[in-house]
Amino acid sequence: MAQYPLSLALLGLAQSLSVIVELIAVLVVFGHAHTLAGFTAREALLVYGLAGTAFGLADLLIGQVERLGDHIRTGTFDTMLIRPASPLVQLAADEFSPRRLGKVIPALACLTWALATAGIDWTLQRALTVPLLLASGAAICCATWILGACLQFFITEARQAANSITYGGKALTEYPLAVFGTDTARWATFALPLAFVSWQPALYLLDRPDPTGLPDQLRHTAPAAALLLCALAALAWRTGLRHYRSTGS
Amino acid sequence: MRLYRAVFANGLRRYSTYRAATAAGLLTNTVFGLINAGVLLALFHARPHINGYDATDAITHVFVTQALLAPTAIMGPPLDLGERVRTGDIATDLMRPAHPLAWWLADDLGRAAFQLAFRSAPTFAAGALLLPLDLPTDPARWAAFTTATALAVLIGFALRYLFALAGFWLLDTRGLTSLLFLLGPAFSGVLLPLVLFPDPLAATMRTLPWAHMIQFPVEVFLGKHAPPDLTAGLARQAAWAAALLALGALATSRAARKVVVQGG
Repeated sequence: MAQYPLSLALLGLAQSLSVIVELIAVLVVFGHAHTLAGFTAREALLVYGLAGTAFGLADLLIGQVERLGDHIRTGTFDTMLIRPASPLVQLAADEFSPRRLGKVIPALACLTWALATAGIDWTLQRALTVPLLLASGAAICCATWILGACLQFFITEARQAANSITYGGKALTEYPLAVFGTDTARWATFALPLAFVSWQPALYLLDRPDPTGLPDQLRHTAPAAALLLCALAALAWRTGLRHYRSTGS
Repeated sequence: MRLYRAVFANGLRRYSTYRAATAAGLLTNTVFGLINAGVLLALFHARPHINGYDATDAITHVFVTQALLAPTAIMGPPLDLGERVRTGDIATDLMRPAHPLAWWLADDLGRAAFQLAFRSAPTFAAGALLLPLDLPTDPARWAAFTTATALAVLIGFALRYLFALAGFWLLDTRGLTSLLFLLGPAFSGVLLPLVLFPDPLAATMRTLPWAHMIQFPVEVFLGKHAPPDLTAGLARQAAWAAALLALGALATSRAARKVVVQGG
């Protein structure tokens, strides 16, 4: 890719623009509504920044696992299995490109701006928790990506279906979760814990009661939710890998 | 003519074998339709009328848009032609007794026909089952919408054809096409209905071909255009389709000359 510097720059720009374009959509929506689910535009940018940064980081680190189906189909996954390195790491590192930083940078900028202007009552504890919340969010996104990829062990063409979970999850977490109603908020908290990527962290930083009525203690469990989901993803990966090996090929 | 009919049938048949991908695409369209509809429902709950749209219009817009994404291929994928230009296989295509533009158009129309039937209609049906969407009852409106959709598919093809041929002049088109597959939809009503954008911005975006692929057909579906405006709008769509296809034909002849010059 570095052989075509203009293309690399344009692709990186495209990544950044995808984040910026969706940010503009959030601003347009809040421009009309002023508040949604009790969140103002500035507070919504906090949610967007958290979601965008977490997903951007996950995309950078693990996003390529979504191409597992392609690798299985073309036989390159078998090549990875022969090598003395973790196939997951190889898969994630395949086609690693710094252009994906293009997604992280605008999201991080938005987050930084929101942290400064959203009216957060800063304490030392809150300040120290921000990196932890981001790390948990990114871990949840990584785990979601891996779970989606594991689908492709069983159905090789399931990439698009997996994408509807990963990228759909991204679209969901970019807005304050309560916007989608209480049922969706519950599913996104207990079924697939995407609520801990941006929603619960935002509630914690803004020190606001949950409009959907869930207990306030929940917002402190983001790292636990991340660990749980990562464990599930690891289990799914190992199961998928074993299943794949057992089919021979 | 029989040749192009065969190419059309071939395109349709080829896409009919991608059952899993079609099902997955249908799922994706439905999921994103629901998420976008969720946001707009919250918005219109706070502001019930915005620039001529109400809540039902907005959620119908979302699902008609999701239905149109696949046949117009406004967000990609690019034509295989681009890869053939990059590898040089295009030389074989140019030796055939068929105009490349007509050939690829026939193939793409086969694809679009399949996707309209097996992805677009089910996507909209899924939305209609889950949400109270607005369905036109007037046969004139259905006729207008069918025409608008057909023109949208033509515009979508013409754009992707030009992107593919750009490989004759730009060594690597991936960056440029990636950008256009992203920005185009943003300007077209896929991201948000154009009526939500500030008026001057929305007016500018409406002049571009992408808005004629999504926003205009959706507005026809919603019945937002009375006959004089409707005819004018369809004429504008047709003009864009004609202009882009003409440009494609011009690019093809220039490109063919290029290939010959390099001694292929």
